[in-house]
Amino acid sequence: MSTTTAVVRKNTYFDSVSLMSVSTKANALDGVEQAFTAMGTEMNKGVLDNLGLLTEELRAAESGDLMVVLVAEDGADTDALLAEIEGLLTRKAPASADGGQVTYRTVTSAAEGVPGANLAVIAVNGAYAAREARKALESGLHVMMFSDNVAVEDEIALKQLAHEKGLFMMGPDCGTAIVNNVALCFGNKVRPGTIGIVAASGTGSQEVSVRVHALGGGVSQLIGTGGRDLSEQVGGIMMVDGIRALAADPATDVIVLVSKPPAPSVEKKVLAEVAAAGKPVVVWFIDGSEEAVTAAGGHFAAGSLQAAQQAVELAGVAPAPTEDLDAAAAADAVVARLADGQKYVRGLFCGGTLCDETMYAVRDAGLDVFSNIQKNADFRLPAGSASRGHTFLDFGDDDFTNGRPHPMIDPALRIERIVEEAKDPEVAALVMDFVLGFGSHEDPVGTTLPAIEEGQRIAREAGRHLEVVAYVLGTDLDTPSVAAQTAALRAAGVTVTLSSTETGQFAREIAKKAQA
Amino acid sequence: MSTENTEPTPAAALFGSDLSVVNVGLAMFDEDIKAQHAQVTTLDWTPPGGGNPDAARALNALEASPELTARIDAANAEAVERIMSARPMLVGFGRALDVVPGMTPTTILHSGPPITWDRMNGPMKGAVTGALVFEGLAKDLDEAAEVAASGQITFRPCHEANAVGSMAGVTSASMYVHIVRNETHGNTAYTNLSEQMAKILRMGANDLSVVDRLIWMRDVFGPMLKEAVEFTGPIDLRLLLSQAIHMGDECHNRNGAGTLLLFQALAPGMLRSSFTTEQKKEVFDFVASSDYFSGPTWMAVAKAALDAADGVENSTVVTTMARNGVEFGIRVAGLPGQWFTGPAQKVVGPMFAGYKPEDSGLDIGDSAITETYGFGGFAMSAAPAIVALVGGTVAEAMGYTRDMGEITTAQNPNVTIPALDFQGLPTGIDVRKVLDTGILPIINTAIAHKDAGIGMIGAGITHPPAEAFTKAATALADAFGGSSS
Repeated sequence: MSTTTAVVRKNTYFDSVSLMSVSTKANALDGVEQAFTAMGTEMNKGVLDNLGLLTEELRAAESGDLMVVLVAEDGADTDALLAEIEGLLTRKAPASADGGQVTYRTVTSAAEGVPGANLAVIAVNGAYAAREARKALESGLHVMMFSDNVAVEDEIALKQLAHEKGLFMMGPDCGTAIVNNVALCFGNKVRPGTIGIVAASGTGSQEVSVRVHALGGGVSQLIGTGGRDLSEQVGGIMMVDGIRALAADPATDVIVLVSKPPAPSVEKKVLAEVAAAGKPVVVWFIDGSEEAVTAAGGHFAAGSLQAAQQAVELAGVAPAPTEDLDAAAAADAVVARLADGQKYVRGLFCGGTLCDETMYAVRDAGLDVFSNIQKNADFRLPAGSASRGHTFLDFGDDDFTNGRPHPMIDPALRIERIVEEAKDPEVAALVMDFVLGFGSHEDPVGTTLPAIEEGQRIAREAGRHLEVVAYVLGTDLDTPSVAAQTAALRAAGVTVTLSSTETGQFAREIAKKAQA
Repeated sequence: MSTENTEPTPAAALFGSDLSVVNVGLAMFDEDIKAQHAQVTTLDWTPPGGGNPDAARALNALEASPELTARIDAANAEAVERIMSARPMLVGFGRALDVVPGMTPTTILHSGPPITWDRMNGPMKGAVTGALVFEGLAKDLDEAAEVAASGQITFRPCHEANAVGSMAGVTSASMYVHIVRNETHGNTAYTNLSEQMAKILRMGANDLSVVDRLIWMRDVFGPMLKEAVEFTGPIDLRLLLSQAIHMGDECHNRNGAGTLLLFQALAPGMLRSSFTTEQKKEVFDFVASSDYFSGPTWMAVAKAALDAADGVENSTVVTTMARNGVEFGIRVAGLPGQWFTGPAQKVVGPMFAGYKPEDSGLDIGDSAITETYGFGGFAMSAAPAIVALVGGTVAEAMGYTRDMGEITTAQNPNVTIPALDFQGLPTGIDVRKVLDTGILPIINTAIAHKDAGIGMIGAGITHPPAEAFTKAATALADAFGGSSS
């Protein structure tokens, strides 16, 4: 049997909306069959009468009296429930948690409402990204567009609009920028300095920035362009504007350009800007040629490390001493431990440019390399297919990321692949990268080590030595630091290389010697 | 290359100032940027049209060229100018049969978009049958249901008769209605009288007490109001609305101040009317029995103003939001006479004791005309006393008005909100902005029991279905450019 309790608090006023709200909450309390808080008006007493709850005491209540009626479930503690309802009546709303901060719903309103807003980071689904970017540009904001899967026509229109307005349109598919010493999306904590970078490649520019830092230099700005900027269609609009902005920036002394080789017409346009910059410009076009760069008065870099070294030197910084690996000697030591039939290097990368640099180093030794990002169709491996020969996979490429987070955030696919490759008796070495910094996984080495150890165990049990080579892209200022991640790898018997360039050299030597 | 005294380029301005990021899409970047001590504003972002590809397509078509955008913007500016400059005056009261255009003895007006008897929900059927008994067209509710189904009754939306009706909106020939004339543009709007209590026809109740009250309203209350305005002369309702909002009403769910103001304006006229003192006391008691007395009046104000914008060519401004308990319909200035509908939504909010959310009928009534004008839910920030409806904090109430600013065209300088530094009501809902921002209009409203015969059981907030706006945008795109598909 349920029990009904009625309380009349004389001369106690609450407004009807608050009381309805309290009633609704009271009805949700455990043990309450029905609860009713209302002023003693004729209308409310009529409702109670209809429900058969109007006691004599309630009938005597006046419109200035508060009525609390509780129908409690059998066995419920009536006094405790009444106290809870009392608590609901006296509850003070907590002070607004956000201190009255405004939540904006659109780029346009935020641009209008936030004084000093100057850049929009756009990371929405590609289907919506162009529209958001246009609104940002129309509101006078620079744009960094992390989103990919944006039509090239949209990219061109956005970059033209930005150019007309003198704004940056970094991206689409721009993963890295450092603006006023703030790293955006994927970026590392590096020392402020006088070296400005304009890059069409995310991890390529991250690598240059961390090498500059390791050599004692610092970065003024790192402007991303998106990977398609230097294509024939887009025509390098953002790279040209980026060069001009850094040329005009009094805080920048040296400019570094990072890109895959541009379309020929675009290369010409970019190199004309190099010639006109009025500042030293280091050009690292991955797999690019020296002649044109030198002719334009630029400083040619064959690799990421060289690009950083030249930039630091040109900036007048005495390069900090760094360790070097004797790649040939180290490779001899590795090859000595290999069993018969262990011939191939398998590269499993998160960073596209890091994959490129190592892959090209192996290819330049005259070896065949297969990859999901090979330009030559004869050597291209689609994402789902098994490795063959020397294989280099970029897990950050679209065919792997389709519908998944980037492997720098979630390396699950690569982790599976490590174990798979370890089972292959033809594999001599696994080469991989770990990218630290803002945006990346909080402990990429820690989450991958179990798979590395399992791979080593599988090889060992089959009587093979599996060489695991890893490069950690990061600085001593990153969290976790490059030192901590390196130590964890070394403890597991992994050979840690100290730059992307060195990773390529070591992989090349192993590949050459193992296949010989 | 650069000379003295020139503005810095945008790039130089960026390099030379503190970075302040507007972050769209990925919350993880918010923390990273904050950790580097830079300013970041992360949007509460939703895809346009809630991610509906039809909505995105229509929106793109509506933004196909700067010329089209300029044309629509100009039309919308004209539409809101008409809404804001409308001056609705209470010029009288009269029997619907005598004053509402197209009314016949067998016409029943109802709320929302068009609907047939068989599709009406519980409260609307309850109201229709009650009205038929009241009109003497049926001897009891059972017979009334037969009459309603017989085809002898003409059902029409209030909105198509220059009228609005709260909740079921059921208005029959002998009921007295407000006559509100827009002095600026010359059009007139009509709406029923408040029945005050919870157990009332418009909420679906229909027993003898309800019908008896309707008879008294027809014979005493309505005629006394009619005579009163003949003595007082026209009453400037926009002025009263503006005062009421300054006094803490949002004039949809809270009407305490507005009712006092309206009664104050009418009382001298009522005293001079030809009725007995006893009857006058009955009327005064009736007005005092519920703050809702002026609720319908503000609906007619909004209707008179919004009808002035109907037919402004190329305009994407919403002129009607109305629900019949089954469907939610909107109409747009640039496409006069067309309804765009989606399913009526649930209303979420506090309920009278003894009722549970599952007892609720779906959203119903023409009262969303108040939000279409810019008060009601749009003016929550003016009525902190009823923030319990929207979750409980005054900050939330302020946020609602600010959000509505994102989907509207202008701020109405004639009706302002003190707590927002006298910002005008957010006015002129733009179909494009609703889809673009993903923000749906907020509507304050009452909750009727889902079954006929019971009445009001709570109050709360609701939203239109996004679908109605997608359909409207698609039709607009077809009409303007023909390139939406």
